Amino acid sequence: MAAARTLLDKVWADHVVVPETAAAPAVLYIDLHLIHEVTTPQAFALLRERGIAVRRPDLTLATMDHSTPTTPVSSFRDLAVVGESAANQIRQMEENCREFGIELYGFDSEHRGIVHVIGPELGASQPGKTIVCGDSHTSTHGAFGALAFGIGTTEVGHVLATQCLLQRKPKSLAVNVSGRLPDGVTAKDLILAIIGEIGVDGGTGHVIEYRGEAIRALDMEARMTICNMSIEAGARAGLIGPDDTTLEYLAGRPRVPQGADWDAAAERWLGLRSDDDAEFDRSVSIDAAKQQPMVTFGTNPGMVIGVNELVPDLDDPTFRKAMDYMKITPGKPMSANAVDVVFVGSCTNGRLSDLQQAADILNGHKVADGVRMLVVPGSQQVKLRAEELGLHRIFAAAGAEWRESGCSMCLGMNGDTVASGQLSVSTSNRNFEGRQGVGARTILASPATAAASAVLGHVADPRTLN
Amino acid sequence: MDALTTLTSRTVVLPIRDIDTDQIIPARFLTTTSREGLGAALFHDLRFDQHGAEREDFPLNDPDARDCRILVAGNNFGCGSSREHAPWALLDYGFRAVISTEFADIFQNNAFKNGLLPIIVDVDTHNWLLAHPGVELRVDVEAAQLELPDGGSVEYPIDAFARYCLTQGIDQLGYLQKHSDAISSYEETHACGG
Ligand code: SF4
Repeated sequence: MAAARTLLDKVWADHVVVPETAAAPAVLYIDLHLIHEVTTPQAFALLRERGIAVRRPDLTLATMDHSTPTTPVSSFRDLAVVGESAANQIRQMEENCREFGIELYGFDSEHRGIVHVIGPELGASQPGKTIVCGDSHTSTHGAFGALAFGIGTTEVGHVLATQCLLQRKPKSLAVNVSGRLPDGVTAKDLILAIIGEIGVDGGTGHVIEYRGEAIRALDMEARMTICNMSIEAGARAGLIGPDDTTLEYLAGRPRVPQGADWDAAAERWLGLRSDDDAEFDRSVSIDAAKQQPMVTFGTNPGMVIGVNELVPDLDDPTFRKAMDYMKITPGKPMSANAVDVVFVGSCTNGRLSDLQQAADILNGHKVADGVRMLVVPGSQQVKLRAEELGLHRIFAAAGAEWRESGCSMCLGMNGDTVASGQLSVSTSNRNFEGRQGVGARTILASPATAAASAVLGHVADPRTLN
Repeated sequence: MDALTTLTSRTVVLPIRDIDTDQIIPARFLTTTSREGLGAALFHDLRFDQHGAEREDFPLNDPDARDCRILVAGNNFGCGSSREHAPWALLDYGFRAVISTEFADIFQNNAFKNGLLPIIVDVDTHNWLLAHPGVELRVDVEAAQLELPDGGSVEYPIDAFARYCLTQGIDQLGYLQKHSDAISSYEETHACGG
């Protein structure tokens, strides 16, 4: 009998073009290459310089999300809001895609959006695929049982030219989540708790497979939120075994196989799950039933506590630097902190269910005086669906801004920034110094916690508003 | 890529853990379409105050640290984003090696691809280096050895292929392209993308 294999083992083995040896890494085939405007220009420049064509434009999916405006764009003149060099980058992306024959979901496309939101939406992110992008949150697509990871621009060039990467096989880490999440506690809270538990370098060198009853119970959007933040624990990728929930999500989407091909694919995909007795290099166990809404207090996602817990006090230069930057007092609860900005969006929490969670809290309430709340859908499709459901009216009635899709305030490249010194509660994934703007102080939270904080004007437990 | 075989330099020390790529180079500098000139943005918001003046207490601003080629940083250097602008900025500023107890995976990959050497040392060596900024070190890349001022040396782990590429100045794209026959036959026997 063949040895038991993990999902990672199976997907890896299916994509080895040349096996790895002590002297050289494997040549690994890539099924889907996602590209965006920020991490590709230098790669295209190299191809041009050497006269190399893109090997598989058909396996390359392009969009613009990072430095794009979240105000409507109907002509290049509308790009002025993002500044000259970002506008130039966007124009260059259009040019590169045209020249190299790559289909671009640009401003004229109703499928434009954050690269990690549109891949799944289009059904391009499928179980068993290898998926890469010049973006660390490529780990998101692992929710489908795809081996999906971020690469640098040099590697973007490698994939454009050869559809392959030089890779050594990562180690495997099982994160077993037993039980069920209590009411009012979301996938975002769970992944923040996991990062708090294993640390921001806890997954370095590993691919995390999220397993257990609590993970099985999550819908696909929640699973994407979990896998998205694998990189914040230092992991190369996150994975969840494909199951009926995966199939239900994918069925009928534009890029999935149809008819008899679908049946064959579905059967193959379900067979990718880790074998029952497969061994992982490491494993960690978490009890979902013990979880609560989580918020960060420091300058990385591992500096995290329950929304009602007290901020710890440590004597350590890294901790002190974080506290100096955040101007948060150790020993106090996070609710002591008044909020200036609330951001709901990003590839972590910019999907329909995330906006729905925020709207459920906001419904019938107003954003507190002096708080600016920005709601940015993860894609134009999310925007469309949210408007069909009338969510935009709930946001508007509460006094929040409703925008076009994009990365926006997650990294503040397009002019949507938090001013220096202001405190932001954000549903994004990084609370690094300056991430949302120079001197911006970021608290990471779920859409529900963000919305509750907007209403109450301070960091707040969403369960108190229901 | 410039080959790197040996390196001798004094160190500059940033005794902070988990220095992320947003600190190494903030996102607002990523709208460039070139890889040149990013040294000016390196550690921008740590190096300069909001008026653009150098922060005196930031180690890189010490006049003695200007020509250092080796950066010693806290554990888990380079976590966060996949932006290759981080190693580009470090190299453009003048660094050729970074020493820590651990590097984030993508940063480490990106560093090697550009000829920036990530050196992983044990906790004791690391603590000693953190406590002695400005000491002169010699790195023998071929031997994977870090030579300390007291005459002692420590070996550091390095992937054989990464070392080979670094010491020979090998371009990995050229190496990958040599496998194009294997790639074509893989494509013929697999439903790629499907
Ligand atoms: S939303 Fe944020 S984390 Fe996600 S791809 Fe955009 S910038 Fe990166």
